[in-house]
Formats: sequence, C-alpha cells, structure tokens
Amino acid sequence: MSKVIEGLKYSKDHEWVKVDGTDATVGITDHAQDALGEIVYVELPEVDSQFAAGDDIADIESVKAASEIITPIGGTVSEVNSELDDSPELVNEDCYKNFVYKMRDIEVPSDLMDAKGYEAYLATLK
Amino acid sequence: MMDEFAPDMIIEPLLVEKAVAGRRGYLFPALDVPAAPALDSRYARTGSARLPEASELDTVRHFSRLSTMAYGVDYGFYPLGSCTMKYNPKVNEEAASLDGFASVHPLQDEDTVQGSLALMYRTIEDLSELVGMKWGTLQGCAGAHGEYTGLKTIRTYFLHRNEMNRNKILIPVSAHGTNPASASMNGFEVVQVASDERGLVDIEDLKSKLDETVAGIMLTNPNTLGLFEKDIRKIASLVHEAGGLLYYDGANFNALMGMARPGDMGFDVVHLNLHKTFSTPHGGGGPGSGPVLVKEELVPYLPQPDIVFHKSTGRYAFKWNPKTSCGKVSGFWGNFLVIVRAYTYILCMGSDGLKAASQHAVLNANYMQAALRKVFPVAYDGLCKHEFVLTLEAMKEETGVSALDLAKGLVDMGIHPPTMYFPMIVHEALMFEPTESESKDTLDHACEAMKSLKETAYSDPEALHNAPCTAVITRVDEVRAAKSPVVRY
Amino acid sequence: MYSYIPHTEQETRAMLDAIGVKSLEDLFSDVKEAGCLLERPLDIEKGRSEEQTLDIIRGLAALNIKGVSFLGAGSYDHVIPSAVKSLSSLPAFSTAYTPYQPEISQGVLEAIFEYQSLICELTGMDVSNASLYDGASAAAEAASLAIADKRKSSRVVLSGTMHPFAIQCVKTWALGTGREVVVLPEKNGVNDYSSLESLLDDSAAAFIAQSPNRYGYLEDFTGVADLVHSRKCLFAISSDPLSLAMQKSQAEWGADIAFGDTQVLGIPMGFGGPYCGYMAVRQDLMRKIPGRIVGQTVDTEGRRAFVLTLQAREQHIKRERATSNICSNEALCSLTNVIYASLLGWEGLKEASSQSYSKAHYLAAGLKELGYCAGAGLAPFWCEFPVVFKSPEKLEEFTEEMKRNGIFSGVKLSRITLDRKDDSTLLVAVTEKRTREQLDRYLAIAKREAR
Repeated sequence: MSKVIEGLKYSKDHEWVKVDGTDATVGITDHAQDALGEIVYVELPEVDSQFAAGDDIADIESVKAASEIITPIGGTVSEVNSELDDSPELVNEDCYKNFVYKMRDIEVPSDLMDAKGYEAYLATLK
Repeated sequence: MMDEFAPDMIIEPLLVEKAVAGRRGYLFPALDVPAAPALDSRYARTGSARLPEASELDTVRHFSRLSTMAYGVDYGFYPLGSCTMKYNPKVNEEAASLDGFASVHPLQDEDTVQGSLALMYRTIEDLSELVGMKWGTLQGCAGAHGEYTGLKTIRTYFLHRNEMNRNKILIPVSAHGTNPASASMNGFEVVQVASDERGLVDIEDLKSKLDETVAGIMLTNPNTLGLFEKDIRKIASLVHEAGGLLYYDGANFNALMGMARPGDMGFDVVHLNLHKTFSTPHGGGGPGSGPVLVKEELVPYLPQPDIVFHKSTGRYAFKWNPKTSCGKVSGFWGNFLVIVRAYTYILCMGSDGLKAASQHAVLNANYMQAALRKVFPVAYDGLCKHEFVLTLEAMKEETGVSALDLAKGLVDMGIHPPTMYFPMIVHEALMFEPTESESKDTLDHACEAMKSLKETAYSDPEALHNAPCTAVITRVDEVRAAKSPVVRY
Repeated sequence: MYSYIPHTEQETRAMLDAIGVKSLEDLFSDVKEAGCLLERPLDIEKGRSEEQTLDIIRGLAALNIKGVSFLGAGSYDHVIPSAVKSLSSLPAFSTAYTPYQPEISQGVLEAIFEYQSLICELTGMDVSNASLYDGASAAAEAASLAIADKRKSSRVVLSGTMHPFAIQCVKTWALGTGREVVVLPEKNGVNDYSSLESLLDDSAAAFIAQSPNRYGYLEDFTGVADLVHSRKCLFAISSDPLSLAMQKSQAEWGADIAFGDTQVLGIPMGFGGPYCGYMAVRQDLMRKIPGRIVGQTVDTEGRRAFVLTLQAREQHIKRERATSNICSNEALCSLTNVIYASLLGWEGLKEASSQSYSKAHYLAAGLKELGYCAGAGLAPFWCEFPVVFKSPEKLEEFTEEMKRNGIFSGVKLSRITLDRKDDSTLLVAVTEKRTREQLDRYLAIAKREAR
C-alpha cells in the first residue's frame, strides 16, 4: 500500500502540496516514486520562474522511465530542493520529507484531493 | 572522469589506456609541396587531443578482441521481435564494396554517376511495387527517420491544401514509442486510439476521434503483437472519409512481401526498413535506411531531389522540386551503400523469392508459437504473422523469475534474447521473431532451451536471477551508470 | 529452394503439420478474410543466382566513372587505411543489433565509448552521443535541442554560410510546425554579425553556424558566444572533425553544442552515404542530447562494464515528449571513425589535416598565379576554396577539359545552392591524398585553359 499523509493536498498526477498561506511546498507521492523505481535524476525548475497549474515544471527520471511533474498549483518558484541534484534517491527514501520545489503567491485549484480522496482515487487504479 | 579499476577488473583496456608515447599505426608520406604558412592564431587550435598511440597491430588486436565480445546474426539465433534479424547475405557486402559505388562522390556530374542513379531509380520502382505505392524517396537514413520523413510529407501535403487545422495524428496505445515521437517532432498532437486485448484498433474509439482536425493514423500491420489488422479496409475508409491519411510503419513488413500490399489496404504513406526486411546488416545500431513510398497525390511533397529517367536520352537525373517538396531530411541522397545492398537482395530473391521469404518467416513464427504455447501462454493465441508474444506473468508470480531473467538464461544457451517487455500492453512479455533465415533445427533447439529454462525457473530460480554466467561480464549496474554518468575517458 | 531460406520441402511439410495447416497460403487466411490478399504475382523479375545478380550489379557500378577528385562540399576523398575496412567489417560488429544486452555486447559498447571520447577530445566538449545520421540532419537535431532547452522559444538563427543542404534540413524540420528559421546574412563569404543581436529576439533559442563554411572559409567567432549567451540562447558550431586538428575547437570558441559529419574520418564517399553525424554538448546539456549514449558502470562482480545509459531521454520511453525520435543511428560508421582515429592518433590526424591545408594552399596559389580568382575572400581557408570564373561558360569549359583528363576539378557552387548566380563559382577541395603530380597536372591544364 502506498503511503498517504494527512494534511496534504493531492493531484491526480500524483503530486502532493502542502499549503502554508500564500506559500506551498510540492513533491511527488509515494505511489509515484514507487511506480518510477530507483530515481536517478531530477530536473528542477528555475527559481523565480512562473507557472500556471497544469504546466510541466520538472522532470523525474529512473533507469527505465521518465515522468514529468505537472505542477498542481500555480505560482512563482521560490526554492528548489537542490539536494536532489546530487542525491535524487532521496525521493525514493522519503518522498514526503524530500520536496521538489516551493512556490510563493500561489493559486490552488479547487479540484485537489485531500488524503482520503487521494486514497480512494488510488484504489480505482487497480 | 574514469574511475580507477584494478587490472583484473578490466576485461579489455581502452586503447588509449595502453598508449605508448610516439607509437603510430599509420604513416603518411612526407609532404611533397611546400608547407603553407601557419594558420592565423585567431583561428588556430591551441589544445591537443588525447587519442590512442598504437601500432597497426595494437589496433587490430584491440578491435578484434572487442569483436569477440559482441554477438551478431552470423554467430547464432537472434529472434529479436520487431527487429527482423535475418541473415545478411555476403554478396550484398561484395556489391557495396565495388569501387564503382564506394568511391563515387555524391556531387559528381550526373553523366558520371548513371549507375548509381539507375540503381536508386530501380530500387524505388521495386519498393513501390512491393507496397503498392506510386513513387518514393530514399533519403531517410533509418526507420525512425523514415517516419519523420513520411509524416513531414503528410504535413506538407496539408500545408499546400490549406488544411493546417489537421494537426492530430492518431496512434494506437500498443504502438512503439517511436511513432508518437515522430509525430510530435513534426508538430502534430498525438491522440491515442484504444486497442482491444489483441492490440487491434478499437473501431468505435477510432470513430469517436475522427474529425476535421485529424491528419491521419499511424499503424503497423501486422501489429505489435504480430496479428493482422483484420478491419484495415474499414479503418481506411473511415479515416479517408474524415479527410485523413493512413501511415504504414513498415517495421513488420517482412510478414507480407508478395502476399499483401499496404497500398491495396488503403494506406497512403509507407516507410520501409531496409535493414530489417531487405537484409542489410544492422551494424550494431545503424546505418540503416528508411525509404518512404507514397500514393500519387503525395509525390510532389516528398523530399528533394527526386530521381527521374528521361526515356528519350536513356539518362537518369536529379530533379529539384522547391515549390512543393518538403525539402531535405539528410545531407545528400540517403544511405546509398545500404541501398546497394538492399537492391542486390531484391535482384537475388526476385518476386518469387521475396514472397517465399515472407511465407517462411510466417511459417517459422507459427511453428515456434505452436511449440512454445505448450510451455508459456501466448499473449493472444491464434494464427500469427512473422512474430508472436508470450507472457511469463504466471511464472513470475510463481517463481519470482521474470521475463528478463529467462531471456538472460537464453544467452547461456547461445541464443540472443527475444524482445522483452514490449508491447507494453502485455505483462512479462517476450516477443519472438525468428525470420525465414532460420532452419527447423535451430527453432527446435530454441524451443527446447525455453522449456529447460522454465524447468530451471521452478527448480533453481536463483540460477536464472544470476544469468548469464557464460558471458564476459555478469549483469550490470544500470542505476550507477545513469546516476553519475561516465560517458568518456 | 530459395537463396537464404534453408527449409527443405520435407521440413516445410513437417512444420505445416505441426502448426495444423495444409499449406503456406493457409498461414495467410486472416489476410484473405480481410480482403487484402494480393491475387497476382509482383511486377518484379524472378530471382537470380548470386553470379547473375553480381553481373547486373557490377554492370551498374561500371556505369559510374571515376576521376581524380577535387570535389568536396560535404564529402571528401581522404586516405582510408586498409585496417579500417578490415576491422569495421568484422561480422560480430556488422551483424549485431543495437547493444541492448550488455553481457553479450561489451565489444560494441566499449567501441562506442571510445568513439564518444574521441568526439569529446576533438571538440573539447563534455558529452558526445553515439552518433546521428549525418552532419546536415544533425543541424536539425541541434535546433531541436535548443528549442527544447528554452521554454516558449520557437526561433533558431542559422548562419547563411552553412552548407545549403544543412539549412534545408533545418527548414524542413521547421516546416509546418510553428518553428521559425531565420538566416543571418553573409559578407565576403563569411558571417556578417551586424544583425545577429536583433535576430536573436526573445523567441530565439540558438545561433547555429559552420566552420569551415560552405565556401571552405574559416569563420571568426570571436565574441559570438558572449553575444549569443547574453540573449539566453545556445551557440552551436558545425565543423569538419579533421579540420579540428588545426582550427579552434567548438569548446575553444565557447559553443554549447558541437556537431558535424565524420565522413572524413575513414568513411568512403559512397555517393553520399552512409555517413555519420556527431554531436557533443556541455555537461549541463547532457540529459538533453538526442540519440544513444554509452556509459561506464560495473557488473555484479565489480568489473568495469559499459551499458546504454540515460535512456529516459529517448523516444521508446518518452514517446511524444521526446525531443528526437532517433533510434538506429550510424553505429558501424562511428566504429569506423574510432578505428581510423586509433590508427592515426593525434599526430596522424594533425598530419592529415595540415597536409590537406598545405596542398590546398599550393593549388590555390598556383591558380592565382595563373590569373584565376581563387580563394578571394578575406578569411582564411583550410582545405577547400572557391574559384570564381568570368562566366558560367568559362567554368563549364574548364571543368569539361579537366574531366577529359580524368580530373573532377571541383563542385559547381550552384549544385548545392541551387542558385543560378552561383553557376560561375567552383568549389575546389584538396585532401592529403592528392599528390604533387596530380596538383601539378591540375595546374598544367588550368594554364592551358587560362590562355
């Protein structure tokens, strides 16, 4: 069973968002990291660049798969987790602790799921 | 930078690692004209390059040893699905080595290259007849390059018809990844069409996606499971009614030579792989050749130059069509020496031999399938064409031995693994394409090998997790390679 | 019995029985049911014996006429050591598929690793792929890489002195896709940079140039990298790899992408192919470069091993999100390159390069002395230079007389530009393979023609 954490918001593309006022932290879910396998590379967005919800913002690669991170929220990138440059496997180790990027001045779409909703969604994926 | 390895951890040192300062493998005669003044320092290189310093014999031994650590069709059975690893006749090599072909410059006057032009012209003629098209181009240098060229021709056709609203290409989910990549390279939006469990196009889903924004559909037939698309005529009329075109990916054409033609099925554009169907060697990953053949209305939009024959003079010539052509996709006229090999094959086989080749390719696939279905379930059972797919899902669940493990086990039995994990709609897939080149006893041996490997999977799974054990190395750490890449010395 | 089909009649029968069908035709019942069976023989002649086939093929080869070649414009008659052909045609190399099974492909993989290293050494870049189709199509791949690297970009700026066929390849790549190709004007046979800054607008992703350029001239890229980078664009330079033994490498000019065609490194002219495109990039573009890449790793015993890596970039994984669709490339040609370079070594490459340079300058100087307008540009050239005739007719007379004497004296510029105004310009290329005697014969005929 994939780990899902209370208090976060989730997207159907398997990203999690932790909203904190007008700021937010984004990462990929346990389901996503497990599906990818051993992560070998994370391409991070540029700080200060702006994205709308639904834009491709970053890439995550394992040996046999490549996945884009679709940002579940809009905003301006305020920080990226540059530890992932050298140690992308941190995402496999703890995907909720090791975020990918943070945003400011965020816009949060209304269709993000809470933990319960996301668990139910995962159940529909066989 | 290179890591340090203890000597016994290195199978064959790089030639540069054995360099002896000052040693040379080839000597030029002394310069017989006055040396020109040195290049202005503004343009002159300052850095040197670290290259091997080796004698001719050092070099010969290095590459000869490397060649013993490789596996080609000449060494054994190579049932790699969708790759058509048939025998590469030696006469093809002799033809391509002829000085009259190998030493000819691409921009010689046309009256000095009539042989090359005639050969290319006749190759296009014969390929067009084989696939039921009007004419074509040989400029594509590989299968994917053929796809790019064919789709570019379609793009240009719609551009000239002022139908740029047609910006979608439909591709079945079961298609090879190259198809969507080729479509998006040409600026098309890729729309997936559902397949049924046999990988065949879901007609209802197709209907729902056809409208005035569709430029066409890309299909392989037989499809990626080796099955003939039985509704192809219906698909063709639906797509044509909607104003779209049909693109035939010739990856699997070895199943159909002389038996059926994409043009008669309703396709408008075809690319072929000369390095698959027409017996030119794969070269460890190229050079290939990806000719594109099209129906009459698309001919003006093919890459330029075209090759024409003037009946009155009996001469061949290039013809540039800048007004309608999509332009160029490679530097000159295509991979000519590969085309020489393919034309030699066509001459040698003839219409009867090509047909027999496809018939026996299909015979071999069905024979192997019949033997192996007693060992592993066939992903979709029934008559197959030139290839078939097994699923090892049950064995994986029961023993932990995966399709990959079993394939690696084949290596120890002198057989190249089949294609693994493709098509993606089949779990633990192994795809076999024996080709017509292989004899009954080779197929029997391979089937026996599969059977005994399955027994090993149940009796000693660990042995297969560690396979192969007879190769120069064991399995490699792919994560390490991708995480901190070392891609040069 | 047919060539290359081993089945005896008895075997075919036994196999049909095992399948449970009566005849080979019955194996195509599904094709028949679909209404797709071809009911007539193909309109292609029947098969032949090997000897009959060779007769036809040799006949075609004999229709091609050879001459002492001063032809260039993208294909050159350099020396090819005997060991090159002999090693590159070893069947384990030539009849292998792409090395997806590392355990039985170490030989191919190690050779590609050596090739990648060769390209990095020559260009000064950090990462090379395992090859592309050829130099001209590599230009389109460079454009594609740059567009993918810069968000919301759509334009590439090409130098107007690039090989016209390479420019055509990039324009074809852009055709119908919303991408825009803009060409920088030239002046005196080299780039005129006065409009470069304005052409590199916010939508631009790259400036792509070539040296030696279409006329054989070397481009002066002083300051260009800074300008291009200040516009947040990538700078790509195409260079003849043998010229890099003398002229500044792409890295020395500050380029981000190096590419070109490796035909000059041991590959026969072969009427234009197969050749081989090279591409190398700076470290930070490693995961954007198209094509296959071989990397070093270890096996389970800790031994050094090589494997195809960074595959997440490629079409079979990325599908429609991949920036290139390339799969098969020109592996056997890149193997040819690395064998050639191993035999010559750096000293040998420098010698091939500088002898070509000296011999070209000897010929150009000789022609000038005879009153020909040879190499008239302000920029230096390496092994190829233009000769401008007073009229297309004069050029025609010159080349015809040369041809009567067994000399292919040069490529008419309009053959590649397709522009009538270039009908009186001849591109003359000289390699280290041309002898003093051949050069003097060229000059002797030119002297007669000059009268």
